Amino acid sequence: MKIYTSTRLDVDFKLCTTLQSVTKEVAACVGEEIWVDSRTVYIGHKEPPPGAEAYIPQRYPDNRIVSSKLIIDTPTSPVTSGLPLFFVITVTAIKQGYEDWLRHKADCSINECPVDVVQQGKVVRTQSHKLRVGDIVVVREDETFPCDLILLSSSRHDGTCYVTTTSLDGESSHKTYYAVPDTMAFRTEREVDSLHATIECEQPQPDLYKFVGRINIYTDKEEPVARTLGAENLLLRGATLKNTQHIYAVAVYTGMETKMALNYQSKSQKRSAVEKSMNAFLIVYLCILISKAVINTVLKYAWQWSPDRDEPWYNHRTENERQRHVVIRAFTDFLAFMVLFNYIIPVSMYVTVEYVFTDKTGTLTENNMEFIECCVDGNVYIPHAICNGQILSAASSIDMIDSSPGGYRREHEDLFFRALCLCHTVQVKEEETVDGIKRGIHQGRPTSFYISSSPDEVALVEGMKRLGYTYLRLKDNYMEILNKDDEIERFELLHVLNFDSVRRRMSVIEGLRTLCVAYRRLSQSEYEEACHQLTEAKLALQDREQRLAQAYDIIERDFVLLGATAVEDRLQEKAADTIESLHKAGMKVWVLTGDKMETAAATCYASKLFRRSTQILELTKKRTEEQSLHDVLFELNRTVLRQRSISGLSVDCLDFGLIIDGATLSAVLKPNQERANPSNYREIFLEICRNCSAVLCCRMAPLQKAQIVKLIKASKEHPITLAIGDGANDVSMILEAHVGIGIMGKEGRQAARNSDYAIPKFKHLKKMLLVHGHYYYIRIAELVQYFFYKNVCFIFPQFLYQFFCGFSQQPLYDTAYLTLYNISFTSLPILLYSLVEQHVTMETLKREPSLYRDIAKNSLLRWPVFLYWTCLGVFDAVIFFFGAYFLFDNTTFTSNGQLMTTNTQMMFGNWTFGTLVFTVLVFTVTLKLALDTHHWTWINHFVIWGSLLFYVIFSLLWGGIIWPFLNYQRMYYVFMQMLSSGPAWLSIILLITVSLLPDVIKKVLCRAVCPTAY
Amino acid sequence: MMASSYNAKEEDGHHSGASSHGAAGAVKSKKPDNTAFKQQRLPAWQPILTAGTVLPAFFVIGLIFIPIGIGLFVSSNNIKEFQIDYTGVDISSPCYSCAKNFSWNSTTPCVCYVPFTLNQSFESNVFMYYGLSNFYQNHRRYVKSRDDSQLNGDRSALTNPSKECEPYRTSDGLPIAPCGAIANSLFNDTLELYHIDSNGTSNPIPLAKKGIAWWTDKHVKFRNPGGNNNLSVAFHGTNKPVNWRNPVYELDPSDPENNGFINEDFIVWMRTAALPTFRKLYRIIQKKPNTTPTLPSGKYLLTITYNYPVLSFDGRKRMILSTISWMGGKNPFLGIAYITVGSICFFLGVVLLIIHHKYDTRNNSADIPN
Repeated sequence: MKIYTSTRLDVDFKLCTTLQSVTKEVAACVGEEIWVDSRTVYIGHKEPPPGAEAYIPQRYPDNRIVSSKLIIDTPTSPVTSGLPLFFVITVTAIKQGYEDWLRHKADCSINECPVDVVQQGKVVRTQSHKLRVGDIVVVREDETFPCDLILLSSSRHDGTCYVTTTSLDGESSHKTYYAVPDTMAFRTEREVDSLHATIECEQPQPDLYKFVGRINIYTDKEEPVARTLGAENLLLRGATLKNTQHIYAVAVYTGMETKMALNYQSKSQKRSAVEKSMNAFLIVYLCILISKAVINTVLKYAWQWSPDRDEPWYNHRTENERQRHVVIRAFTDFLAFMVLFNYIIPVSMYVTVEYVFTDKTGTLTENNMEFIECCVDGNVYIPHAICNGQILSAASSIDMIDSSPGGYRREHEDLFFRALCLCHTVQVKEEETVDGIKRGIHQGRPTSFYISSSPDEVALVEGMKRLGYTYLRLKDNYMEILNKDDEIERFELLHVLNFDSVRRRMSVIEGLRTLCVAYRRLSQSEYEEACHQLTEAKLALQDREQRLAQAYDIIERDFVLLGATAVEDRLQEKAADTIESLHKAGMKVWVLTGDKMETAAATCYASKLFRRSTQILELTKKRTEEQSLHDVLFELNRTVLRQRSISGLSVDCLDFGLIIDGATLSAVLKPNQERANPSNYREIFLEICRNCSAVLCCRMAPLQKAQIVKLIKASKEHPITLAIGDGANDVSMILEAHVGIGIMGKEGRQAARNSDYAIPKFKHLKKMLLVHGHYYYIRIAELVQYFFYKNVCFIFPQFLYQFFCGFSQQPLYDTAYLTLYNISFTSLPILLYSLVEQHVTMETLKREPSLYRDIAKNSLLRWPVFLYWTCLGVFDAVIFFFGAYFLFDNTTFTSNGQLMTTNTQMMFGNWTFGTLVFTVLVFTVTLKLALDTHHWTWINHFVIWGSLLFYVIFSLLWGGIIWPFLNYQRMYYVFMQMLSSGPAWLSIILLITVSLLPDVIKKVLCRAVCPTAY
Repeated sequence: MMASSYNAKEEDGHHSGASSHGAAGAVKSKKPDNTAFKQQRLPAWQPILTAGTVLPAFFVIGLIFIPIGIGLFVSSNNIKEFQIDYTGVDISSPCYSCAKNFSWNSTTPCVCYVPFTLNQSFESNVFMYYGLSNFYQNHRRYVKSRDDSQLNGDRSALTNPSKECEPYRTSDGLPIAPCGAIANSLFNDTLELYHIDSNGTSNPIPLAKKGIAWWTDKHVKFRNPGGNNNLSVAFHGTNKPVNWRNPVYELDPSDPENNGFINEDFIVWMRTAALPTFRKLYRIIQKKPNTTPTLPSGKYLLTITYNYPVLSFDGRKRMILSTISWMGGKNPFLGIAYITVGSICFFLGVVLLIIHHKYDTRNNSADIPN
């Protein structure tokens, strides 16, 4: 179980940004920025000059990190369970306490790690937790930032520094951060200390990639200078400085307000369907428990009605007991029965329920760009096979496809290639140097690879490299490229106009992602005009996005077309196979994408989501413009229903694929005020979807993806949903779904960080769902049912015994047996079963996706199955008890005592009776699991036979000695006396056989009737 | 798990060709160990319960169980058992007056005589039991009302018995030894057996009162305080249980070795019965050295010193005589159960054989290879 526990913790960690990102998505949709109220940071704790603004000393938390917290977290409601519950809680508390202690220790070491701070022009060493907002901090190479800092200056002349955020988001690439131009010149502590400035920034929020702020620099003479601060200026706690000797930076968020700390908080738990059914089962068992206790209490008082029964002369009460009021007596009796029977609730299960299983609906994202061709003035250039992100051979040659172009063309072509080489945000990562030797040099030229947040850009730059233009590096705001003639050309980088999806100028032809390249020559004055607007926009604290967009629009017009590129977004390896398998496994696959409908549809055909035979239903803006949404919906619904009524008899039913776009979807989901039945459209839409085997949703905003998942989740069948994605735009959907899966793609790790499970490739989904999902489900189902079963077997004889002991709460088994039954005698086999059981081989599961249908809709945890197990438990318990009862009651159940002394005839007492029942119980329950095990590894053998052996050895020991610390010796030699009796052996064997018989027959019959079923 | 393995792979790819990448430990791989256990690739035996595989098991069980059952049944039937109820509920029964006039304070014991006839002779050792009905020795309050330390000879427990013994812990300010409800209600009827021969004379039958308790109880679990010498001194400062006539060191006047806590009748009584109807071993009638039966058929007389009241809680008292076999006492249930289960298994085997044949072809075509 430990394995699962740790997974779950990871999951919680990943879930941390749930609420935050959702809030933001909402904000983005509405189209306005949430402006959290701001804070002002006084750099070096210096007041601004009088008159500039009022100095408000603000209190910020110190830089102490507290991640440890004491919680006792039991997943189920406080079901009364006495000692085992206490045991479980204690174990949980100890486990969490220990983990908390470890965290506390880690916190201490972090809080005490030394930090250099600039004070009065000198570097002073202090402890991390003493840092305050406004302190100027010196960080050296390979050191970790102690809090969130604004970069002031760095040892590099261009005011940049390189940082890896591996510990924050797992991205190992070096990221460049920039100092404000006005402060980047500071070189010494004294200079830095002379800085007089304030920083205004938003209050802390957990989004790692977002920061808005402004720095006001006061100089003696002039007006204060205001500079904009963004995420590129903010160094995050937990990141590490790389390739930079040292930096000066000022603390803006400290301690628990750092983005890292904020990201550790606010977890939400996902509950699996297993937990839900289990909780239902627990409630049933709680009812059984209470009713048992009530029945017994009532019967007890009915039985005790005659005083001779209540207090025969040989068995008087004490005076105290006699004086107690009858109601109090009845109540304590009731509680005593509860304690006696409480074992029926499998408390020990509380600890183990920390895992998730997968069930349905996978979505497909693929992200493998390949530069296919480009076209300049009608000439097509095709580089040879280039794989994204990889350099095939260092001695690359230029593969020109078309013939040599003329002079004019040549100029255009050069311009085109240069533009492609320059217009990107790709970073060059050079091979790290080891022992002072550049490894790349062996091959003649330095090897390097490109990293970018956009795979398209990498593909383009790679493609250009194949065509002869190599992008070398970005250095001091100059971009260097190596042109065809091996000359280095340098270009000054003035501004980067970031790409965003609103302005995207992308279109799709024949499934290739094409990009048009155009240029515009700017005159000096034009540039200055644009530059001014840009700076102004960037400085704005409010509506920054909008103003930037306006500025961009001014620049990006009157372009001259140079040419076009084509990039192919390849299907992931075996994606089609995977989708086909998922279909066969009875899952409905929906593709939610932001792409245009045509691309998406092409992909869907390629990935066999839609087959040629699929009838496509379109629910798009184009159609709704022609007809009203109402008509379209009803028409589609009619089509679907008609088809269903026809194909109700025929075998090969035509399957439907639905295509819907974002605009239509929001129209469908919008509460309709005009009509009396607002949820009407929604219902019809769901009805249509239910009858489609595949649905494609294109032009989706991230929040809409989540809405769709939510819609399906909330539909009346309450299906289990699974969302899979790789980009930041899939995060909301991943968080919304029951099972969120992140693909670690080239768009960073945000999706993976927020997911429940992270996988590298889409094709792994097949194995994950069909094999591991299946296995985990089988295992957890068996685990849950078996726990209930073995506790019914355990407790029901106790219940029956009450009828024969005057309802006096006399336990049937000895205390040691009561305590150890769930903890040790029967725990390990099921534990191991839930770890290694494979009822069918992996290959079979992969080959036959339809097997997954067996476990669909939580089929193994439905009430009939639960009822079967409970009945089996009751049957076995009745066999145990009455088997033993008839042996004791009808006859002299005696041992002829050959082993002890000759001719001795000995009588067995109540403890022998209990031990006999218990022995049969332990053997039956363990052997029942052995019957269920289809995958016998040596560990299974070891654990199953070992548990039985352990029980025997324990019983021999327990009864073998007069235990000095016990105040009773009732088990002394009981087990051995029992084993020395022939009839006891015979009856144990008989009772075990009878108890196992029904289950064996059921298994054989099931297998004979339907051989594929579990 | 898969995530991290991929991660490691990616790094490997980038550093390919650079096997001596600085400090090898610097690249921390989170890849799980590639052990067969963690990768779930342990070699395994995969049995499947099908009609074909289970069939032989059913027949084998049937073939084994039925003979065992027959053996048990026959030997159980060969056991001779005789029971007689001597409670005295009926006005016609010999113990009626004893039962009716019972008083705790009477000093003269009430004796009644119950004649009976054995139709068959009892061979070998014969065991004599007393049986009680509707007596809840398994009542929780009763079961826990004892002090095992005191019974083990612990001196401090002798003078200060466990609280569990309440309300039978002290009497007249002195601790009770042995304390508790179980000891207090020790069965104290005295049963004697006479054989009445053909000319009317009654010969007492020798009843062995030793060897009726578990050996371990007699020698380990139950011990007298201060060894076995002079029990009256050892038990000084304690009181006898309220319902007892004699103190614990005078339980068996005939045998000084059978007194105190190690009195075998007492030990037998202290092993609480599982069910409200129970029997306990009282005496053993040793077999005679020659071939004459231990108890020949004929007339017998049971003499009861009636001390033990059961009518107040509607209880019954019985005397049982029984022989034993290799499998214990008379036990028809076990034999019948074995025969029944064996037959059911055999029958199921036949049914499964039919099913197996019927579904055989279907199985072969649709079976999942494993």
